[in-house]
Amino acid sequence: MRVGLVCPYAWDVPGGVQQHIGDLAEALLGMGHEVSVLAPVGGADGVRTPGYLVPAGRPVPVPYNGSVARLSFGPRTAARVRRWISEGDFDVLHIHEPFAPSVSLLACWAAEGPLVATFHTSNPRSRAMAVSSAALRSAMEKINGRIAVSEAARRTLVEHLGGDAVLIPNGVAVRRFASAEPLPGWPGPGGSIGFLGRLDEPRKGLSVLLEAFTLMAPARPSLRLLVAGPGDPAAAMAAVPEHLRERVVPLGRLDDADKVRAYHSADVFCAPNLGGESFGIVLTEAMAAGAAIVASDIPAFSAVLDRGAAGELFTTGDPAHLAERAGALLDDPGRRAELSRAARRAVHAYDWETVAADVAHVYQTVLTRGGAGRGEPGGVRLDTGPRATALLRRETR
Amino acid sequence: MLFGFYLSWRATRLHRVHHRVDTTRVALEAALARRRTAALALAAADGTEATAALAAAARTAGEASLTGERDLAESTLSRALRDCLEFRDQDRCWGMLRPQLAEVEAAAKGVHMARTFHNAAVSDTRRARRSVLVRTFRLAGTAPLPDYFEIDDEPPRLPLLPVGPDTL
Repeated sequence: MRVGLVCPYAWDVPGGVQQHIGDLAEALLGMGHEVSVLAPVGGADGVRTPGYLVPAGRPVPVPYNGSVARLSFGPRTAARVRRWISEGDFDVLHIHEPFAPSVSLLACWAAEGPLVATFHTSNPRSRAMAVSSAALRSAMEKINGRIAVSEAARRTLVEHLGGDAVLIPNGVAVRRFASAEPLPGWPGPGGSIGFLGRLDEPRKGLSVLLEAFTLMAPARPSLRLLVAGPGDPAAAMAAVPEHLRERVVPLGRLDDADKVRAYHSADVFCAPNLGGESFGIVLTEAMAAGAAIVASDIPAFSAVLDRGAAGELFTTGDPAHLAERAGALLDDPGRRAELSRAARRAVHAYDWETVAADVAHVYQTVLTRGGAGRGEPGGVRLDTGPRATALLRRETR
Repeated sequence: MLFGFYLSWRATRLHRVHHRVDTTRVALEAALARRRTAALALAAADGTEATAALAAAARTAGEASLTGERDLAESTLSRALRDCLEFRDQDRCWGMLRPQLAEVEAAAKGVHMARTFHNAAVSDTRRARRSVLVRTFRLAGTAPLPDYFEIDDEPPRLPLLPVGPDTL
């Protein structure tokens, strides 16, 4: 199958959507499909551009969806999009964030044929605005298959557009996390607990973990806490008694390679989130690394951890329960190894290879034509605009 | 002149959503047929009491596809699949049936996808047909208003059975 993927955001700026498209492209290539990715490229130095990437022009910083996005829009970009579509000869066009005022929306307008769209964000306001416009509604009407990456994204779609979407979550590149050297000095002889996520966002639950640590620390004189992630830890740290603070080690924001090593650096990995987590990519990454996990029992985590079979669950927001569970794990290497094996097995369902197979299944469904498509050309082609014949044809429909 | 252009644009859009309903309907029929075949194949390969209800449900759904009482029959098949595969006793050896199980799982997912896409197309079409312009100028012609296809299509959960690319 020849697949064209459209990414609205600048490829050389790190971001969730770009990562998603890159991983999907590689998984599809691995399955033997032909893939081309169209994205704005800023020309920043030293950025590795993969062979499947086609630059769509220089991006411009634009305030969008509550932050600054680097997008590409305008007649020159539109011309490139049209050329890419007409030369690409794609069987299916997969557009990410179709309403982003960038190459995505341009591709929606320019293309006709089997179109699949993935909705990543769930910002109700921008979506409501988008749908009220006739030009965007006409873009929406072309999309044959809609995918949402989370339940929240799917709900916004249903509420603001009508019509449903298939839920296919983000995948995790299991192989990338499978093995790595621990960071120097970790996990250490006295036991350690790891945490990854924004430090200053209460929903990530760092304060619960710190409270649990305060409960455990007196009985375990060399237990340490590895805390990795962006944000200022000062506010959360205030809850930890002065003499224990040196055993909480904040590593700040880590690059991709160090992040993988961090998952391998602690005896027990903790995900103390309080809720609002639609899926928990951090959890699946830790599972891919084979970490022994203790996580809060919010529904999403409980589902990913197979109701506790692939990692211990504790009552959400309860530091005492967390301390008890984490302590039991620290004392029992056998159980940790058991959980590690179970996690590696369970994460398979979230592996990109599995997820990409579902996406390919969507392509297949959209491409099923049978008798109804007879006489019409297959594959993605340029939209030739309004046809006067459409007025005449209506009687024969 | 400009109005004529606009009218033809609207007619093109309307034609497109109607066409989408037609193609998604074909895809839905194909997905349902694939699921019936997969269920029958699993039951045939198993050949025990455990899958007898599954085979019966698949046959009923097959007959209903010709007579019209389909939504109920297909929902019953969805339920039969879940009952049969989710609450299976762990001692039973399903190892030999791996290919059939994988096909059933993929086919059930396919039904969910195809039905979701079909209903989205129906929803877009019905919205377009509501517009004053479309009704005044009878842009939809004689095309019937499409109907949603509502069934229970929740696929069975087989957590320890990864679906590889080869099952597609």
